[in-house]
Amino acid sequence: MSEDARLPVAKTHKLYIGGAFPRSESGRSYAAGDARGRFLANVAQASRKDLRDAVSAARKAFPGWSAASAYNRGQVLYRVAEVAEGRREQLAEAVARGEGTPEDTARSIVDTAIDRWVWYAGWTDKLTPVLGSANPVAGPYFSFTVVEPTGVVGTLAPQESSLLGLVSVLAPVLATGCTAVVVASTDRPVPAITLAEILETSDVPAGAANILTGSADELAPHLASHADVNALDLTGVPAEQRGALERSAAGSVKRVLRVPATEPDWTVTPGIDRLRGCLEYKTVWHPVGT
Amino acid sequence: MADTAENAPGTGAWDYDPAPERAELANLRAHYRPFIDGAFVDGTGEPLKTSNPATGETLAEVGTAADADVGTAVTAARAAFERTWSTMPGTERAKYLFRIARLIQERSRELAVLETLDNGKPIKESRDADLPAVAAHFFHHAGWADKLDYAGFGPLPRPLGVAGQVIPWNFPLLMLAWKIAPALATGNTVVLKPAETTPLTALAFAEICQQAQLPPGVVNILPGGGDTGSTLVAHPGVDKVAFTGSTEVGKLIQSRLAGTPTKLTLELGGKAANIVFDDAPLDQAVEGIVNGVFFNQGHVCCAGSRLLVQESVAEAVLERLRGRITTLRVGDPLDKNTDLGAINSPEQLAKIRELVASGESEGAQRWTSPCALPDKGLFFAPTVFSGVHQSMRIAREEVFGPVLSVLTFRTPEEAVRKANNTPYGLSAGIWTEKGSRILWAAEQVRAGVVWANTFNRFDPTASFGGYKESGFGREGGRAGLEAYLDV
Repeated sequence: MSEDARLPVAKTHKLYIGGAFPRSESGRSYAAGDARGRFLANVAQASRKDLRDAVSAARKAFPGWSAASAYNRGQVLYRVAEVAEGRREQLAEAVARGEGTPEDTARSIVDTAIDRWVWYAGWTDKLTPVLGSANPVAGPYFSFTVVEPTGVVGTLAPQESSLLGLVSVLAPVLATGCTAVVVASTDRPVPAITLAEILETSDVPAGAANILTGSADELAPHLASHADVNALDLTGVPAEQRGALERSAAGSVKRVLRVPATEPDWTVTPGIDRLRGCLEYKTVWHPVGT
Repeated sequence: MADTAENAPGTGAWDYDPAPERAELANLRAHYRPFIDGAFVDGTGEPLKTSNPATGETLAEVGTAADADVGTAVTAARAAFERTWSTMPGTERAKYLFRIARLIQERSRELAVLETLDNGKPIKESRDADLPAVAAHFFHHAGWADKLDYAGFGPLPRPLGVAGQVIPWNFPLLMLAWKIAPALATGNTVVLKPAETTPLTALAFAEICQQAQLPPGVVNILPGGGDTGSTLVAHPGVDKVAFTGSTEVGKLIQSRLAGTPTKLTLELGGKAANIVFDDAPLDQAVEGIVNGVFFNQGHVCCAGSRLLVQESVAEAVLERLRGRITTLRVGDPLDKNTDLGAINSPEQLAKIRELVASGESEGAQRWTSPCALPDKGLFFAPTVFSGVHQSMRIAREEVFGPVLSVLTFRTPEEAVRKANNTPYGLSAGIWTEKGSRILWAAEQVRAGVVWANTFNRFDPTASFGGYKESGFGREGGRAGLEAYLDV
């Protein structure tokens, strides 16, 4: 017990914007508790201004990340899995305390989350082969269709599944070459902050993924109406509250992902719906023989 | 090009004898009615009169659908979906679509004339572009009906149910084909509202559905105005909405459907950049620019309405362009020599005039072809604005008419930056002899369709649709099936 006499060094939990870890510009923070309501940490409470900074950072990162080769993006996503593997214990503890799951369940959740990064890492260079085409048009033209990332994706992450759910909504965005602004689970923010630290040390370019902690209720309307966000994922918003957000998303013709009304079983291997939701088809034509 | 004024049609040197197609081929009738549950029925809406925009003459009186008729049609479509269409083997669905494709080919001359009368587009376009594409679209999708397992959406992809579809007046029958063919191939049933000013070919298509013995209720056609469309898209019995039209209305529909499970695809406006680099084949480029913005009187969502030309060749391109445009014949849409037909409606003509006036008042230099215009009917001479700045309305807003805005650039990077400086993202053109520059520029432009050394090419196998505020979802190709499947 003598080792326990040492006072642990507690971490300050901050936002992740543009590759940096700022506090909220508003100076606000809130107390995040564990599953039984006991104090875990004070967490930065992002403001509308922080959200707009995150969208700006995501837009700024988009040309670079979307132009990176699929091979490169795949390696970066795989690197996230590698770095996460080294922090399994920390992640498992965060999940166990925040979600109130037994430790072995938490470990299994963490393993699935890490494997999910690997799964999506392998998708980056298969999107155009699977979804694109050479088009047999009736005329002397070479026509082909490729997929491209739609742009900045705004995501309200799952409220319950604070790590595996988060990874399951963020990884496909990055795999397509889109950049992300994610609002983490309001009541279970700690795994998201740990994940941000993993991303920051995993060759993910600054701004490609931005993670905000705070009140999802407060931030969601600003994300939904932001004109520089191209697509919106409302997974973490209760179904009955989605209508108003989808209405503001219409103001700039955002793509609103088709997501289940309640959180699915995140341990199931995903399909490619989320990847498709972040992609645009581009058809190119050129004459042949003239 | 010699003295351009001398070449202007109607001024002597380049006169053509009239070569009119016979209007009687359209089999025009005095009255048309909505098509619901396999029969033509009296709609309870206020009848509308549809007119020939080239002459102002009334073509026919058309019954319209009021709210109650929308309900009847949706109910019929639901019943047809549940009882026949979704349970029929795909192979049988395919055969109906093949039949429809053949019937369209058989009646294509009649349909082309009818389209030209109602819409105002030149007969050579309705005959050589619209109608062949309509038949091809049904023929292509027919083959998908029993092969959906191979479309990449997993085994046994399910249809959505009843599709409510609202289409514009610029390509009335082609937009109908783009909507109905994939919907039926995937096993959905359809309630479609044609545009208020161009309902006739849709109702001729309804007749083709009867001739094909398509089961009643699988296709329902409801003529009417914006109110009918608004009722249709918001109807709780509709599982899928597909809309082609303005971004303004698209946003209203997206907003209206917020919070509902209705699947939505939108094909909206555009302000395409047509980029001409200094190493472009200039004569080909000039043809492409003309085709890009004057095809169908410029009533094209993907029209190349912003010409971005590299500064060093700008003067040469403009001179050739004016010379070429001067030879375009504007007039009787039924005349086989006509290049530009009539503007579809007085409202659209007023909108074009208003935006052209804004171009002049904002300081752009206007040049308009000296071509002769008919004494009556709705016409607008091809117009080119040079010295256009990005902040001007004619550089930002969709004119949807024969009006080109010319901007210049110095470097390829500047060209791409200007091309992408718009909330739209439907299409783009690239003109250069340099292959690597084509591929680079095609990657850089944020648009769903990119034409390199060509423009305005369409094919049922090639997906079409926009980025950003030009909408979402695709039409045509494998990707187009997604819009009508529960995936």
